Amino acid sequence: MISYAECSARERLALIVDAGSFHEWLPPAMRLTSPHLAQLGVPSSFDDGVAIGRATLAGSEVFVAAQEGQFMGGGVGEVHGAKLVGLLRRALRDRPRAVLLLAESGGVRLHEANAGLIAVSEVMRALLDVRAAGIPVIVLIGGANGCFGGMGIVARCADHIVMSDIGRLAMSGPEVIEASHGVEEFDSRDRALVWRTTGGKHRWLSGDCDQLVEDDVAEFRAAAITALDAARPVTLAALETEHALLGARLGFDGNEAQSLWTAMGVAQAARVPDLDVAALRALGAR
Amino acid sequence: MDWNLLATQLFGVTHGIVREGDFLRGTVEFDGEPLTVIGTTAHAPIGVQLALAQARAVLDTIAQHPGRAILLLIDTQGQQLRRRDELLGINRAMAHLGLCLDLARRRGHRVLGLVYDQALSGGFITSGLIADACDALPEAEIRVMRLPAMARVTKLPEAMLAELSESNPVFAPGVGNYVAMGGVRRLWQGDLAQALREALDDAPTQDRRAEDGAARGGRRLAASVVQQVLDAP
Repeated sequence: MISYAECSARERLALIVDAGSFHEWLPPAMRLTSPHLAQLGVPSSFDDGVAIGRATLAGSEVFVAAQEGQFMGGGVGEVHGAKLVGLLRRALRDRPRAVLLLAESGGVRLHEANAGLIAVSEVMRALLDVRAAGIPVIVLIGGANGCFGGMGIVARCADHIVMSDIGRLAMSGPEVIEASHGVEEFDSRDRALVWRTTGGKHRWLSGDCDQLVEDDVAEFRAAAITALDAARPVTLAALETEHALLGARLGFDGNEAQSLWTAMGVAQAARVPDLDVAALRALGAR
Repeated sequence: MDWNLLATQLFGVTHGIVREGDFLRGTVEFDGEPLTVIGTTAHAPIGVQLALAQARAVLDTIAQHPGRAILLLIDTQGQQLRRRDELLGINRAMAHLGLCLDLARRRGHRVLGLVYDQALSGGFITSGLIADACDALPEAEIRVMRLPAMARVTKLPEAMLAELSESNPVFAPGVGNYVAMGGVRRLWQGDLAQALREALDDAPTQDRRAEDGAARGGRRLAASVVQQVLDAP
């Protein structure tokens, strides 16, 4: 078993897609770096923190992107975002079977604040064009930095989400919430609290992700293969269903995951944090 | 600008937009055509509830009034920073709002954003930034984060960021910088009703923001990088 979380973005790509099939566009040899970091005295990366290209997955052509959490937390800057937009526009043109996004990101890269914010919104629109064309966009989340901010929204714009139990999917990081409303609102150092609020198990129980896997690249690969036909058209009826589901959540009074799981009908909700992935999957998603 | 003053200037004193808490909603008549107005006020933090309230208004417009234009009036301090909202899936609720607006656009509704007071990051990304076009009033403010907070998170000296923000639109708040980067199409000057008329008349359907950013000099690389990906061997 190889830990997905401990792999770099390129290692993940190499292991998720068919062996040797990844062909990178705008590779590091092109030295395409951020135009904004040098003046801040911050080191650049020759891929601006994301690798993109084409590959095959179980023999089918897929377009892929992987964000590198070790570079600026996977934050989206101008070039990073434009690479993702380019990949999605190319998918719209060339029509691969699916697009895989190996997301690991804190969201907008604050060093490129305004450009990053616009870039994330461009990614969102480009992704929705691909989805509207019936090409499924599959998001994999299992890196140590999770999938936050604008990328947390982008992930939920996709057709299908695969998470590991150590993956996290949310909007604001716990540190930001703690800084804003105090440690009693969200203790960012309480790891158990952080994971049961935003981690893969919670997201799977509540249906915010579609598959829950172990922190194992082979499991992520298998899950991605099963999702190749997971296109979910955005229709008015589908959005009404989604609206009702989200609206029902507002009936829950509180901010503690365990109470929410109980309210959702999960038996022995207190045991959830201790269950392994297989036992959790057996509980069923809501 | 106060939302009611803005609404009065655009649609007259009997504009029909109703405020419920921080949420604005109404159907107005503009140049003889009905228009859906959806918005927030009082620098509202956008949490699950407010995202859903906006989504509801969009879905109702799609279902009941095919093709009717939607105007988003934006004033937000950003996403709600609460553990409860994270637990309940605030990112999913935001995405849902974005998907609703995107579906409206695909079904032929023009979707316009107008930042009339302030816009910040998470509250803005699935409203004005996902519209066909987002415009702003000249006195509005748009930013990701205040400079002191940005200095803290990036661990860069605030003085350095302040100095850079004089010359580089990437760091500085302000609608002018968003225009330069293509994120905001244009500022509404002078007669606001005329500005809305023009905004409705030339709402783009394709996302041209990267090209605009390059042409205006505020975001020089994005469009060319996208093209390089399209052309890559």
